[in-house]
Amino acid sequence: MNPTPTALLAEDEPLLAQALRAELARAWPELAIAATVGDGASAVAQSLALKPDVLFFDIRMPGLSGLEAAAELADAWAPGTPFPALVFVTAYDQYAVQAFEAQAVDYVLKPVQAARLQKTVSKVREVLARRSPDAIDMEATLGHTMKQLRHLLEAGQPAAPTGGPLRMVQVSVGSSIRMVPVDEVVFFEAADKYVRVLTAGHEYLIRTPLKELLPQLDPNAFWQVHRGTVVRTSAIDSVLRDDQGKLSLTLHGRPEKLAVSRLYAHLFRPM
Amino acid sequence: MRNAITPLPAALRAIRLDSLDMFRHYLQTLAFSLAISAVLYFTSSPDKPYEVPMVYSLCIGTVSWAIIDFGRHLIAPSAESGWPSGLSGMVLTAFGIVGGFLAGTAAADAWFGWSSWDQSPAQLRTTWVFSLLAGVAVCYYFYTQGRSSYLHGKMQEAERQATEARLKLLETQLEPHMLFNTLANLRALIATDPAAALDMLDRMIAYLRATLGASRTAEHPLAAEFERLRDYLELISVRMGPRLRYTLDLPPELAAQPVPTLLLQPLVENSIKHGLEPKVEGGSVTVRARRQGAWLQLEVADTGVGPGGERPSGGSGFGQTQVRERLAAAYGPSATMEFIAPDDGGTRTLLTFPAKT
Repeated sequence: MNPTPTALLAEDEPLLAQALRAELARAWPELAIAATVGDGASAVAQSLALKPDVLFFDIRMPGLSGLEAAAELADAWAPGTPFPALVFVTAYDQYAVQAFEAQAVDYVLKPVQAARLQKTVSKVREVLARRSPDAIDMEATLGHTMKQLRHLLEAGQPAAPTGGPLRMVQVSVGSSIRMVPVDEVVFFEAADKYVRVLTAGHEYLIRTPLKELLPQLDPNAFWQVHRGTVVRTSAIDSVLRDDQGKLSLTLHGRPEKLAVSRLYAHLFRPM
Repeated sequence: MRNAITPLPAALRAIRLDSLDMFRHYLQTLAFSLAISAVLYFTSSPDKPYEVPMVYSLCIGTVSWAIIDFGRHLIAPSAESGWPSGLSGMVLTAFGIVGGFLAGTAAADAWFGWSSWDQSPAQLRTTWVFSLLAGVAVCYYFYTQGRSSYLHGKMQEAERQATEARLKLLETQLEPHMLFNTLANLRALIATDPAAALDMLDRMIAYLRATLGASRTAEHPLAAEFERLRDYLELISVRMGPRLRYTLDLPPELAAQPVPTLLLQPLVENSIKHGLEPKVEGGSVTVRARRQGAWLQLEVADTGVGPGGERPSGGSGFGQTQVRERLAAAYGPSATMEFIAPDDGGTRTLLTFPAKT
């Protein structure tokens, strides 16, 4: 732990960011606020650059949600430095609150109240004090964070619509619509406003967001391996691990190599 | 339990489902029969015992009821009256009345051990006509009763749907996330800028009052509509800060035009929720009123992520549907709603309907 602990606040509503700063100054005077950002992507970039000890992430932010930002950050976090203590801030989010209650990541409900924040602060200080510079221990805490994030992200997923898994993907090609059987799809990849649909021989674009597509797919046939990638399990040829410990997939029928984010690395373990 | 899952033929199933209803009909038929027999007894044949007209009447009533009530279930009754529609209904009724008369008379004859067909033609004609009239009257009664209970049900259903729509509107406008975030901002302001907090609180009160009152008053002037939009946008501005810019453009000569209360509110809310909130750099919302000849045109436009962007949970298109329905209810088919999503992002919604002179 640094002599003066540092924190990063991610909150898109300026007044609430200001209020959290003020409350934190009262509850934890030694804490230095390294930066305050207003969206998920900046939260990830600034956290990587500044390596603060504590993160206060709002759940609902433009760009990436707080949960997604945390997952992405954990993914990109270089091994060897301790992962920051993560605190979520939310105004009202039933899923998150439920999930938080089941798990141990701390959270603060907006509006931030002094007494509650005091509790959070002592929890965070305890976590920071217990931290050892031992690299193995660090990997373990990161693993724990991953597990919690997975749990939280799953709790926020919309329920699968009834009517069985999707069989055909309708893609527009020029002025006509082509029916692409889901069984022919090798993987789906989010691309800006679109989702790329890749079969062995073709590539199509559809406008349905990956988030909406995912619950319609058979969870045994398709796995999410990254925030923006969903792959057909039977199309996976091999799983490679590089010297950083990161996983990537090679595929039958497509030349691409797909990166597996740490969040989903648990799917690939030798039997 | 094997019996429970054996499928019944459709006709039998319908009869089974309605057995209570049919029993009620039968009791009513018996009551009618007794009344008819009493009339018969006092008007035509006080010389014979009361038993005679009563047995005839009950027998005819029972057979007629059986033919018609079972028959109408076998010939798929229409939902409106519980009676087969058109010709088949008339044929069934006629068959029920005539068949009831013939079979009922035969049954009563068997009971007393004589034959009614031996009576004089004049007497036969009287009973015939009387029975026919009574049969038609009773059938007409059941027909109108079925119809009115159908209409009553329809009315109740319409009322229930209206209540549901009102509740749903309220639910979306008092969405917990919006409410709690606004309160959180208010709390922050109280400590730092009490004057701004007061202003925000006033806006919130006006917004809540308008939302809760919207289900009670049907129309208000366009100026009031714009004022409520300003309250809402001010609340959101406090929350989003410089990420939100908005323009409300209402020409003074249109200020008094009546519009359905909070008609534009769901559209502006969609622009904020699905257009600007997810956009990192924010953007602007513009609400504009224009007059084009006899038409009034209202426009809600934003520079947000557009419909292709990510939709947070709850984006079910309810707002759009709601506005379309209210517009149709207030102005009929002459009103139009156009939704435009330019490729470079953002959305525009245009409402056009007749202006009040």
